[in-house]
Amino acid sequence: MTAAQARAGRLAAAAYARAHRAAPTGPLLSRPRALVLFGALAALFAVLLGRSLYLQWIDNGFLQEQGAARSSRQLEIPAHRGRIVDRFGDALAISTPVKSLWVFPEQLSATPAELAALAKVLDTTPQHLSARLQADDDFAFLAKGIAPETAERAMALRIKGLNEQNEYRRYYPGGEVTAHIVGFTGDKDQGQEGMELSQQAWLGGAPGGRRVIINRRGDVVEDVAAVRPALAGRDLALSIDSRLQYLAFKELKAAVAAQKAKAGSLVILDAHTGEILALANVPTYNPNSRNKVTRDAMRNRALTDTFEPGSTMKPFTIATALEAGVVKPDTLIHTEAGQLTIGPATIHDAHRAGPLTVEQVIQKSSNVGAAKIALSMPAATLWKTFSAVGFGTPPATGFPGEVSGRLRPAKSWKPIEQATMSYGHGLSVNLVQLARAYTIFANDGELKPVTLLKSDAAVAGRPVIKPQTAREVRHMLELATQPGGTAPQAQVPGYRVGGKTGTARKNEHGQYTHQYVASFVGIAPLSNPRLVIAVMIDEPSAGDYYGGSVAGPVFSSVTGAALRLLGVPSDAPVDNVVLPPPGSDVREET
Amino acid sequence: MTRVNIVLLLLLIACALSLVTSRHQARRLFVELTREQAQARAYETEYGQLSLEQSTWGMPARVEKIARETLHMQLALPGRVEIVEVPAGVSGRPAGDGPGIPR
Repeated sequence: MTAAQARAGRLAAAAYARAHRAAPTGPLLSRPRALVLFGALAALFAVLLGRSLYLQWIDNGFLQEQGAARSSRQLEIPAHRGRIVDRFGDALAISTPVKSLWVFPEQLSATPAELAALAKVLDTTPQHLSARLQADDDFAFLAKGIAPETAERAMALRIKGLNEQNEYRRYYPGGEVTAHIVGFTGDKDQGQEGMELSQQAWLGGAPGGRRVIINRRGDVVEDVAAVRPALAGRDLALSIDSRLQYLAFKELKAAVAAQKAKAGSLVILDAHTGEILALANVPTYNPNSRNKVTRDAMRNRALTDTFEPGSTMKPFTIATALEAGVVKPDTLIHTEAGQLTIGPATIHDAHRAGPLTVEQVIQKSSNVGAAKIALSMPAATLWKTFSAVGFGTPPATGFPGEVSGRLRPAKSWKPIEQATMSYGHGLSVNLVQLARAYTIFANDGELKPVTLLKSDAAVAGRPVIKPQTAREVRHMLELATQPGGTAPQAQVPGYRVGGKTGTARKNEHGQYTHQYVASFVGIAPLSNPRLVIAVMIDEPSAGDYYGGSVAGPVFSSVTGAALRLLGVPSDAPVDNVVLPPPGSDVREET
Repeated sequence: MTRVNIVLLLLLIACALSLVTSRHQARRLFVELTREQAQARAYETEYGQLSLEQSTWGMPARVEKIARETLHMQLALPGRVEIVEVPAGVSGRPAGDGPGIPR
């Protein structure tokens, strides 16, 4: 060791001594204390670690749910209900989005000024709004079904506690004119009446849904689950022609008012396809505001009510007899001076006449003639025709609540019943059935199915009588509208028409009353039938009650206007209408 | 070995970056989609309102009222109508959209 090294060693030792002399003597903590402290800190750490492991892997459901609730939302995608349109696509029922404003009155904090501003936007008075708020309810609508723009302006006032919700409202542009056919929807867009009800499955959509992530501003960031798209409802095209519908309604309403009648119905069928081009009933209602509507006004009488048709049945009796070869159009029938006694009962004609040909039985609507012809055939033969043209079975138009009418099996017919049924008593029909049955005369013997839905393809009919028979009856129907017939007032300028009147006493609870149903079913134009039109006026009480003078003029004005609207070429000169001299009308009973 | 690792690392970085861009792209497209859907809904609403308006304005009752009252139109009386026969060989109906009921 050198001297220098030894010196360095000494210096280092001195420095060491100096340094250690400055520090306090002994350890800072005693060893056991340090251990306790360390242990405590480690335990706290372990608790934290354990908790975090627990939350992360074991009990993670709750927090994940909470997290999702703050960032993900279930949104409903509203489904649009399909429109109902007429045969040309003009809307008869449309859903449009509207909004409703609602509040929890307790949570609403609006200053009077704000309330006044809101009232101004909603086009009402602040008093009206406060009245709504003061009503003893937890929940109040301040406005229902308002235009989205109005709701937007109301929400722009930023009134605390004011909420909006989306809804659809159904509008019916046709109002009372098409009310019975279209029907209406009730709560939650469910069809309640008419085609809205029967076509619910087709019209109604299914709302879709999507689960989304939103950011803190509330914007949708992305879809998290598969989107369930909303299934929009489909549009429904009816067979109705809006123009004819309006025409039918207008004329019917005027006639019911003029005759002081209880009710009335009118049906226009396309003779070739069986489509219902118009179907009007009076009384009616406005489907857009149904506050004070009675069940009575809601009934689609042409389909849901039956009546004893009266003489409008006679052409079917005659057609059956012609088919069976029992009579020919010019066979003479002795009408017994207008009275025929069958068992205990006697049937009458309203006017006395000598022997009539079969053609004249229709033309003059002779009950005795029809009864005698009917009694010359087995009941089953008559029943077969009545049943084949659709009496006693629902017309299957797709309308809810349509009735079948009553046609008893032939086995139960007594002779007097067979006689009365030949002129339309003892059985009941609805107006659509009756109009449909006349398609056999318009279509050379083919019965067409009736429908309220637009059909694009030609529909196959079912032959019921021979074309020759149909043409013969058609000629008789034309005679009935000419002087000497029961319905000269049914004539139409410029067109040949034919039809049969009905003047039936009403049967209520098995008793015949002194009220009548005046009806007329006709075909036009006769040279190439396009339309079958049936008119029914229930309980005319302005003095007159004959089918020819009550229902005939309605037929005439509707048919004339309808044929012009449809552009059907004239098949007669415009001066073809020949009215009999006053006082010489041929009247009928039933 | 190191070289393979470096290649893999670069690949990884590339993948990560493309993930970031495609994520961004997806969000952007989603926002656009949402906007377009809202637009479509608005058009649908407008279409509904317009067709409602159209059918309300076009109701036959209103048309007739205006024709009668404002335009003073009236139906030609039978005495003032002349029916013209269309000569054979000329189509009786103006060209329309096929058979069926003309409008």
